[in-house]
Amino acid sequence: MSDQINDSRRQFLSKAAIAGSVTIAPGVFLHQTAQAKPDEKAVTSATRWGMLIDTDKCSKGCTDCVDACNQEHALTGFDRPETDAQYIRKVSLVEKQTGHEISLPLMCQHCEKPPCVDVCPTGASMKREDGIVLVDKHICIGCRYCMMACPYKARSFVHETIENQTLSAPRGKGTVESCTMCTHRVDKDGIPACVEACTDENHNAMTFGDLNDPESTISKELKKHGGKQIRADLQLNTGVRYQGL
Amino acid sequence: MKKIEYTRIKGHSLAYYGLLAGLGFIILLGLLATWYMEHNGHYVTGMSNQIVWGMPHVFAIFLIVAASGALNVASIASVFGKKIYDPLSRLSALLSIALLAGGLVVLLLDLGRPDRLIVAITTYNFKSIFAWNIILYTGFFAIVGAYIWMMMDHNMHKYKKKVGLTAFVWRLILTTGTGSIFGFLVARSAYDAALMAPMFIIMSFAFGLAIFILVLMAAYNWTGRELGDAVIARLRSLLGVFVAAVLYFTAVYHLTNLYITEHHGVEQFILRDGGIYTNLFWFGQVLIGGLLPLALIYAPGVKTCRKTLALISTMIIVGGMCQIYVIVIGGQAYPMELFPGYEVSSTFFDGMVNSYSPTLPEIILGLSGMAVSILLVSFAIKALSFLPTSLADSIADPHAAK
Amino acid sequence: MTRFLRLSLILTGLIMLFPSQGMAETPFPIIHEPEGKECVEDEDDMRRNHMNYIRHQRDKTMREGIRAESEGSYSLSKCIDCHVEANDKGVTPTHNDKEHFCVACHEYAAVQIDCFQCHADRPQKNIKRSSSDQALKDQLQEMLAAKDMGDVQ
Repeated sequence: MSDQINDSRRQFLSKAAIAGSVTIAPGVFLHQTAQAKPDEKAVTSATRWGMLIDTDKCSKGCTDCVDACNQEHALTGFDRPETDAQYIRKVSLVEKQTGHEISLPLMCQHCEKPPCVDVCPTGASMKREDGIVLVDKHICIGCRYCMMACPYKARSFVHETIENQTLSAPRGKGTVESCTMCTHRVDKDGIPACVEACTDENHNAMTFGDLNDPESTISKELKKHGGKQIRADLQLNTGVRYQGL
Repeated sequence: MKKIEYTRIKGHSLAYYGLLAGLGFIILLGLLATWYMEHNGHYVTGMSNQIVWGMPHVFAIFLIVAASGALNVASIASVFGKKIYDPLSRLSALLSIALLAGGLVVLLLDLGRPDRLIVAITTYNFKSIFAWNIILYTGFFAIVGAYIWMMMDHNMHKYKKKVGLTAFVWRLILTTGTGSIFGFLVARSAYDAALMAPMFIIMSFAFGLAIFILVLMAAYNWTGRELGDAVIARLRSLLGVFVAAVLYFTAVYHLTNLYITEHHGVEQFILRDGGIYTNLFWFGQVLIGGLLPLALIYAPGVKTCRKTLALISTMIIVGGMCQIYVIVIGGQAYPMELFPGYEVSSTFFDGMVNSYSPTLPEIILGLSGMAVSILLVSFAIKALSFLPTSLADSIADPHAAK
Repeated sequence: MTRFLRLSLILTGLIMLFPSQGMAETPFPIIHEPEGKECVEDEDDMRRNHMNYIRHQRDKTMREGIRAESEGSYSLSKCIDCHVEANDKGVTPTHNDKEHFCVACHEYAAVQIDCFQCHADRPQKNIKRSSSDQALKDQLQEMLAAKDMGDVQ
């Protein structure tokens, strides 16, 4: 499996190299210039992974990122939308005053100060040093307090027995889960499945990178054009930012 | 005032064993319901990714809140020195432990992974109010347990007051913790209010006392022990104060929210457009749980009528359940404001009022928690001397004619 | 007298909980020995300590992002890759089957395994999975379409 990932990554990278310019997929690759994390080293706070979403490039009805995520994590639907897990979802907005329409993907915002981590009684809800917020399903007791606390409704509870999990996305009944920013890819210098799909399909609405590295495309882009946080009033300093909102 | 004599109930009657068997049966059904929910997964319940806490939590929170309130009677006696409540202290402490146990059982059995109880009690995140509550609940058992010991053991009487004070303070903190489970949720507009904690304390006074009155009257009625009008009248007027206070806090909570534009949406939802939640609020919480009991409590002519008092207490319990239902479920049903000024729609029910209909297993699980509480009390008053042999006016009322 | 009766009843009940005859008959599990490869530790060591090894690794991977792929590192998925194979009928046992490598021993030792409620119990190559879950995809598209029809609150 890991070989497969590496292979696809390699292919992907070479495709990009042939395309010849890093500006084609802004920010997606630039973190590669930073030192790749050796396998045996723990992640550090020197890096803070983040994502920038340009809603102007995100078209209504397109679910490429969602499909890629579902496939990556083998999220199976049971035809019960109210209890089926969704790590990432497409949200349509219509401004009441003007009728202006916006479409955007919404997932765990990977807050710097995540409410889900604060409320979790066992510490299962946790933030890695590199800013990725995860659920440690080994010690999650399924109390769902994090779901009550999350301002983004980003978490799902596994409502049924799960079989046939993938290697990279262990998931099971009775625990809470959410977007992992594809840690299994990121830890091997890859990019999240949703960003990859969005870029592969040439929508280029999603950029992934290191917010702590001023030279990364995501940082440069944010510095130049800015990016909003959803519910910025809560001052959670989210890792996912939006443009055109 | 004479010296109070406490005796165990005989508990040999068919009715007593019938009661135990009935409660045991409900508990068995509750375990079956749990097995059903845990085996299949929570999709068989009404709960979903939108309404993540459902009926079990309504029952559990009600019982936990009522637990700390049930201790009130003992606290008034030991901390505030009101003599008439003194003979009721043992039962009060017992009931509070029993209610807490019942509530926690429900909470535990609804977890996604109840088999990981050991994780819950060994791994703590000290920033979590939930983790603090686990410590507060455990401490409550220990302190109130010690309190009962101090009351029952003549050699330990001298510590009774101090331990009683500790229990009083502890239980205030405990209910603050329970209220803060909601008060600390910044995400949802129905919660996120410091007022939640004091409101939960006042609610606990009313719910706990209502249950205490029912248990007391039932125990004395069924065992043929004498329960004088003096005690009844006192408890009744105390209940009136608490019910009025709950109404007051409810009013302040909603008035504050109505003043804040950001909260207009959720207020409109609960007070006017929320359908079931609006009905439960006005008819359940305000009318049945507040105004009607108040009217009956202060109605002339029925001051010592036991049946009226039982009715009042029952109404307060029903109203209390409605109130918690509106807080827990209503608060989740109202969509979270992620994008102010926009109409929101998605595949994940954003921007929509979430629907919830409790399923039978959830309700049975909740009821079985109540059964656990009553079973514990029924068993304990047979095993140990919790109840005064008589609470006739001549014995219980310190001002009774000598 | 009643007390004695009660006591003896309880004792009898307790004794019946332990079927002493059945114990000797429990067959030793058939353990599938993978060929060719060496395990990361000696067999005896693994039998005693495998849970500690993977448990230690689990926290490192989960919390620190250390996904050691190097030779000799512990990894549940590597255990599975070697030890769980298709049987002669071409079927790979799942954690619900007694012939599953982990299950065979754990049943014998009466120790519950918690791993496979979340983790894959078979090598990925032996798991048949539709390339992308069409049902979920359709469901999402359907809901998106419904929203466009103006089914907005």
